[in-house]
Amino acid sequence: MKLKILSALIMTALLSACSPDNVKDGDTADAPSDGGRDNQSSGAQVGSIGDGSGAQGTALSAGQVVSYDKAAINDVNSVLAEKVIYFDFDSDQISQDYMELIAHHGKYLAANTDMSLKLEGHGDERGTREYNVALGNRRAQAVRRLVLFQGADASQISVVSFGEEKPVALGHDEEAWRLNRRVEFVYEAR
Amino acid sequence: MIKHVLITLILLLQMHSAHAVLQVEITKGAEGALPIAIIPFVAKGKPASLPVNVSAIIAADLQRSGKFAPIEEQKLIARPDSPEAINYKLWRIASIDHLVIGEVNVAGPSRYTVSFRLIDVFKGMQVQGYQFVADDSNLRGTAHMISDLIYEQITGQKGAFDTKIAYVTVERKVGMQPSYRLQVADTDGYNPATALTSTQPIMSPSWSPDGSRLAYVSFEAGRSEIFIQNLRTNQRQKVSSYKGINGAPVWSPDGKKLALTLSRQGNPDIYVMDLATKKLSQVTRHWGIDTEPAWMPDGSELIFTSSRAGKPQLYRKAINGGKARRVTFEGNYNANAEVAPDGRSVAFVHGNGNIFKIAVLDFETGFMQVLTDGELDESPSFAPNGSMILYAAQAGGRGVLAAVSTDGRFKQRLVLSEGDVREPTWAPFKK
Repeated sequence: MKLKILSALIMTALLSACSPDNVKDGDTADAPSDGGRDNQSSGAQVGSIGDGSGAQGTALSAGQVVSYDKAAINDVNSVLAEKVIYFDFDSDQISQDYMELIAHHGKYLAANTDMSLKLEGHGDERGTREYNVALGNRRAQAVRRLVLFQGADASQISVVSFGEEKPVALGHDEEAWRLNRRVEFVYEAR
Repeated sequence: MIKHVLITLILLLQMHSAHAVLQVEITKGAEGALPIAIIPFVAKGKPASLPVNVSAIIAADLQRSGKFAPIEEQKLIARPDSPEAINYKLWRIASIDHLVIGEVNVAGPSRYTVSFRLIDVFKGMQVQGYQFVADDSNLRGTAHMISDLIYEQITGQKGAFDTKIAYVTVERKVGMQPSYRLQVADTDGYNPATALTSTQPIMSPSWSPDGSRLAYVSFEAGRSEIFIQNLRTNQRQKVSSYKGINGAPVWSPDGKKLALTLSRQGNPDIYVMDLATKKLSQVTRHWGIDTEPAWMPDGSELIFTSSRAGKPQLYRKAINGGKARRVTFEGNYNANAEVAPDGRSVAFVHGNGNIFKIAVLDFETGFMQVLTDGELDESPSFAPNGSMILYAAQAGGRGVLAAVSTDGRFKQRLVLSEGDVREPTWAPFKK
């Protein structure tokens, strides 16, 4: 059964994380294949998850519940009720603001091995379509790595990218673009 | 009874919208287009009424090329119906270089003989003349063939009017699943036919070099997969369904291979698939995004989009190895390459902030020219003769198709009556 709930997120301003790209322009030789590329592919982001374990205190709004019981995923008061995270343009960098939320989802998945999580990557309409599919894939992969960090099994997580093909907001402005650059957490019972 | 009629009506309406015709609007006329007088073709035999206006189609084709300025029918100074009836002096004074005269003989139901003659006014003689046998199904096509012959005779370049275009449409209605369609139509938007309908996205159509098949991406299984569909039989084959992205399929010039993007190892890289064996060879290996491959005409190299320098730029790499060489340096977003048929230049999406336009870069000089003036122009596709670039644009919040001459002087728009249209791709010449 699909438990997909698109909760409306009350967003604080997105802290735009500075791009760590310091790769030189110009001719670039392709890196040799080493089979471990997956872990390297977004290395800069993976390195920044030290505080993703929940050790830092975060404010819980009134009535918000932290629980990793199986049913918590359907509880509108659960921290797990938030199932979408948003990105900057042409970026797969995860904002610090979402580390806590992703950690909760990772812990839930680790605690419920009979659940599976599909991470759907999306982009806004700007830029080319296949590039946006690739970008959506990288966004979802970046989230996947953080979820796995909490001990969930890799077999519980699948990644799919729809690029800019499935917008949630149909406008052609900054607000629509912001809402469309996202990764959705879609849970299914295994 | 009323209910029955209503249902029939709704079905008819739906069929109509499924076959919505693209309307062409010329948005920027070309200076210096050659004036040409296309005399309305005379209908002979009976019935004298014809399903299509052949000479009007020819005039519209030549006008859409941007290289000709057909004289409006009401402004024709004479209407000769045979070479003998032409007063050359009159046309010379009017500075009309060429005349087209012709006739359509109706031999019976759906049986026509179409003939035309191209007259060079200054030489004072016929320089071309042909006769065709046609039926209702190919009378429009016959008009496009005549346009091709006239175009080639005068410009020396092969015409591309009697070819097809493919594109994707999407209709979104409140409370309903969106409807995606893969469509194939004539280059003037007529005769649209649906190759695939889906509630899930359809992307990236690519023609086989012989024009008989389309490769495309379909999300019908909830994720991307690549199919090849024969347009005559409508039979299709799933050729790529790896874990992760199955995207950006592009046929090799010899028709034996498919370049594509896969993320089966986690990150998007470009591969080449041998279509006979389905065997893959990996072309790029990089931690950045590599996608949107485009073949050089000799089939030895690919141009592709890569984020390896931080922002998307075009690179060029041999399919059998070697270094990737950067192609674009101007601007911070250059993506989705399409190589010109002569291999001398590449068209792509050139982004600057929130504005995306179609640009062309000459390989030899490195000179880049921005051709379009939209805000969200994408998916450039060359006409097989290299004269025009078809692309997707936005107008009034809707996706439309547009075309621009390769020199940027002539522009037109193809608007669907409803819904969005996107990802146009121009078919190769008919074989």
